[in-house]
Amino acid sequence: MAKQVYYEDVEEGKEIPQLVKNPTTQQLVKWAGASGDYYQIHYDKDFALAAGLPNIIVHGRLKSSFLGQLLSDWVGEEGWVKKIAVQHRGMDFPGEQLTCKGTVTKKYVKDGEHIVELEIWTENPRGEKTAPATATVVLPSRG
Amino acid sequence: MAEEIITEEMKKAIGVPSEPVTIEIEKGMIRKFAESIEDPNPLWQDEGYAKKSRYGGIIAPPGLLMGAEMRGQGMGMSFQLPGPQILDGGGEWEYIKPIKSGDVLTVVDKLHDLREREGRMGKMLFIVTETTWTNQHGELVARALGTLINY
Repeated sequence: MAKQVYYEDVEEGKEIPQLVKNPTTQQLVKWAGASGDYYQIHYDKDFALAAGLPNIIVHGRLKSSFLGQLLSDWVGEEGWVKKIAVQHRGMDFPGEQLTCKGTVTKKYVKDGEHIVELEIWTENPRGEKTAPATATVVLPSRG
Repeated sequence: MAEEIITEEMKKAIGVPSEPVTIEIEKGMIRKFAESIEDPNPLWQDEGYAKKSRYGGIIAPPGLLMGAEMRGQGMGMSFQLPGPQILDGGGEWEYIKPIKSGDVLTVVDKLHDLREREGRMGKMLFIVTETTWTNQHGELVARALGTLINY
């Protein structure tokens, strides 16, 4: 596990460490089984094409889960992921790298909690944000 | 097309809670989920490690609630969707308390809102569902709003 990040370490405008994912068709099937989402556009290419899609597409919620990991990795064991709000804006395809990124937008103390707000997103190899999101986390304080 | 796709029948379904569903959070299910997203965090998988953490045991990663298996009975919709296609537009998840291995959660879905918008594919219906998860101690542990797009 990475070193614990503290509220005092965080600056508005700063990027958080990236998380790189390489979803494969196999991972999509594993996710389908683990999450219970068996919609065929995520593993049956004929079905996806017939539905007007260019290929099998990565589950939006798999991307959201990757963003969850981006945050839980960053906040560490003493931090807490409070809220994630994701828009599934662009399609992603297995075999293409997905990079999860984030920037701190705001930090403040409210009701005794050290809160950090972020903009986070998944990015495809063309630099497009396919799942833009906002997040709120709580970090420990050196107090 | 000036035709309204949101009918009175649909509007009546807003806010009606589904029958509650009970889901037991097993550590194998958390591990399988973490493996599927390739998240090696020991808090989700390593019992010995997690016991010594401030959580006192294995907890669920944020993504677990995003899966279809964690949904309730559905949004309590008693109407037919107007279009043949469905896309997942996104969602927001609020994590209030840790979900621990061994917890028994009660899940309730509710149709939260319906909106229509003109899109590239014609009229699109945005269906927003609210889901709440309450643990065996009666504590609300998480709440989500999910948006499905029907066209």
